[in-house]
Amino acid sequence: MNTTTAFLRKCLLAAFLICQVSVVPAETSPPDPLNSVMWKEMHETLLGGGPVVFDERVRVLVPGDAEDSMNVPILVDATALGNVSRILVFAELNPIHRVLEMEPVQAVPLIGVRIKVQQATPIRAAVLTDDGVWHLGGGIVDAAGGGCTAPSLGSANQDWASRMGEVSGRLWPGDEHSRLRVQIMHPMDTGLVSGIPAFYIEQLEITNEAGEVLTRLFLHEPVSENPVLTLNLPQAESVVVRGTDNNGNPILAQVRSGVM
Amino acid sequence: MVSGIQAAGNYHLKPEMIAPGTYVLSGRNEHFNFRNGGNIVNTGFIVTKQGVVVIDTGPSRIYGEQMRAAIAGITDQPIISVLNTHLHPDHFLGNQAFEDIPIGALPGTIEGIRTQGEMFNDSMYRLAGSWMAGTRVVIPGETLKPGTLEVGGHRLRLLALDGHTSADLVILDETTGVLFASDIVFNSRTPTTPHADVGRWLKALDRLASIEFDILVPGHGRVESGAKRFEPVIQTGKYLGWLSGTLSTAAEAGKSMAEVLHPDVPQWVAGQAVFPEEYQRSVVHLFPDYESAALQRGLVEQQ
Repeated sequence: MNTTTAFLRKCLLAAFLICQVSVVPAETSPPDPLNSVMWKEMHETLLGGGPVVFDERVRVLVPGDAEDSMNVPILVDATALGNVSRILVFAELNPIHRVLEMEPVQAVPLIGVRIKVQQATPIRAAVLTDDGVWHLGGGIVDAAGGGCTAPSLGSANQDWASRMGEVSGRLWPGDEHSRLRVQIMHPMDTGLVSGIPAFYIEQLEITNEAGEVLTRLFLHEPVSENPVLTLNLPQAESVVVRGTDNNGNPILAQVRSGVM
Repeated sequence: MVSGIQAAGNYHLKPEMIAPGTYVLSGRNEHFNFRNGGNIVNTGFIVTKQGVVVIDTGPSRIYGEQMRAAIAGITDQPIISVLNTHLHPDHFLGNQAFEDIPIGALPGTIEGIRTQGEMFNDSMYRLAGSWMAGTRVVIPGETLKPGTLEVGGHRLRLLALDGHTSADLVILDETTGVLFASDIVFNSRTPTTPHADVGRWLKALDRLASIEFDILVPGHGRVESGAKRFEPVIQTGKYLGWLSGTLSTAAEAGKSMAEVLHPDVPQWVAGQAVFPEEYQRSVVHLFPDYESAALQRGLVEQQ
């Protein structure tokens, strides 16, 4: 495993060194810097075989090793690209590939989140720019695995239901944007554990005081339990976080700038 | 992987005498891997007139067996007691080789090995491969209390500390002045934190700094004596202070967990063995609590 990972990392490095930012026709996948066996299939199924480019302007921060397969921290930052219409994060060797999608709308194309991984896997962000090209960044996480087929901790806890949907969070004012960090209590069960159906937050929308949509998020099963999201939004004194899970339970909270 | 399998089998354990009748088997300042077979730990033993006291048994059945053979190569005295300092796998998975001897540990350690021992054993197979062949969890059967133990002319003071885990046994041999500090102290090796309570750990280090001893045996890293004996105690505390300060400052500033993985690091931190890897593990262990505290201070109205 370690040797393979080291080899993959070398390939990644080599690919960066010869990185070419050229668009490739839809019918062929460019050589994958992570050398993943799943890349061609991901290109077809998740990106519809559309034009893609491996682009180091899409930064994906991941640890080399997953210390906790149920909580692997990642940060996707496509700020350097500009004009981003969509971000798709996926984990190629997970039983459920899609992790989340983001429509930045007015937000910076950046998102931090923790995810579950089932085994060592490439984690990628595909970032769609206005010209219809997917820009890809990613990294490889080594893992003991099992993150997707373990029950949520909440499901073993009597009072999880009373706190479900509860939001904690904070809005940090900044020179260029406001940083929002929120945690939403939710089991985020994958449906891959016998007797525990898939139960996860499906969508979230962040709006400002004027009711304008700042960003939209679509979460999937591999997002960790009690998701913690990190976003850079246009400067705002307060925002509203609104969403639903796949059973129709609502999430609704206002987060104001400042601290208690 | 093949080379790992071929290499497995001999840890080449060489007990080093550090005080009269007192021996340490030093592990490497590395992570568990297929080459070191999990031997990253310091174990030890004390030969007394009544028999041998063993302190920690290493990461695997094979290690325990080879440790027992190494002891037999030094003394004809029987082994009369085995102590496990805490629940981490590199300190107790060699217990199997000492099953015929009373194995003692603090209550929190016994409970931890009972509930998490198998999980540790599984993950050691993943990390060290065939070195772990045939290793099974042996739960200590004797509950230790803090206090003084008289064994064959050695006065052993057992200190029940915590912070590295919920129960950390530190053993001071008052007769020789050797302090077996367990994983409360690391020497030039980044401390591990999967079960850590940093505040409690710093208190435990304060306690050790106030104790009279001549030779320090850290859980990981070089044995120290003379003027240098306090350095690893200070160094471990300094690192834990840096770690908690870095994580709490980042959480309070709104950083996400992934943004904390690659901080600006002073040279004295970066120079420690297995630094970036062990620090990144600590981020996953410890950051959620700092993050939660920072988020709880935010102004949120549920609607």
